Amino acid sequence: MSPRPTDVEVGTELPEQTSRVTRADLVRYAGASGDLNVIHWNERVAREVGLPGVIAHGMLTAGLAVRAVTAWAGDPGAVVDYSVRFSRPVVVPDDDLGAELTVRGRVAALLEDGRVRVDLTVTSGGDKVLSLARAVVALG
Amino acid sequence: MALDAGLVGRSYPPSAVYEVGREKIAEFAAALADPDPVYVDPAAARAAGHPDVIAPPTFAIVLSLGAGNVVVEDPEVGLDYSRVVHGEQRFTHHRPIRAGDRLVATATIDAVKTVAGNDMLTTRVDLATEDGEPVCTTRSMLVARGTA
Repeated sequence: MSPRPTDVEVGTELPEQTSRVTRADLVRYAGASGDLNVIHWNERVAREVGLPGVIAHGMLTAGLAVRAVTAWAGDPGAVVDYSVRFSRPVVVPDDDLGAELTVRGRVAALLEDGRVRVDLTVTSGGDKVLSLARAVVALG
Repeated sequence: MALDAGLVGRSYPPSAVYEVGREKIAEFAAALADPDPVYVDPAAARAAGHPDVIAPPTFAIVLSLGAGNVVVEDPEVGLDYSRVVHGEQRFTHHRPIRAGDRLVATATIDAVKTVAGNDMLTTRVDLATEDGEPVCTTRSMLVARGTA
């Protein structure tokens, strides 16, 4: 059931979402998005350019994070604006568990025409991996 | 090397038409492990008020990556791609992208700046139907890390 504008206020929290990202997920996202940058699948090259290991595509992290908003909104088409800053890479280990991603969201502002701004806090292993992650959602 | 501030406003010729397919949307949603039926089931999408399946909010990256390459590869921009990381990304949806859309992408350089030896290039990509209906505007900020 989608929330109505009258159901939410500044501070309303979205259900917390956790997901895991494995190397297989990186391969799948590379194919689906067309982003074939080797640092997302090749450990040797990732280390050569100074990274601690293979890292997730920033847009994979951003795409997983906004699921917390679309699931809450009820209709993904209600997300009219979404912006992120990539503040820290998500290192994906070469094992079956991968990296964990935790997404928390809260309504940060009530805008005109039944729109609300949701601010997301996205962490992996306790570190914030996105900053200024914000979605504008048209409710009702 | 600092980017030339005179590049701001430079626009590139529109892309070829990209036809959005149901299968591509389904593939993208699967890559995000997103089970929402509006991405895969036309009946569910219609029940939510959409003419056909819609794409996830970040799907436009598929088109903006391609369209943004003309900027990255512009020799007059002179971006060192080996040092580039994705700094920021924004999507402004005028309406959801949906299966059957025939979209044209137009890239424009929105901003350039150099902070602490790092070059920052913001490219805007306007996605519109081939009839000119605005669908989505993406803004990508790339950072070329300084070698200093």
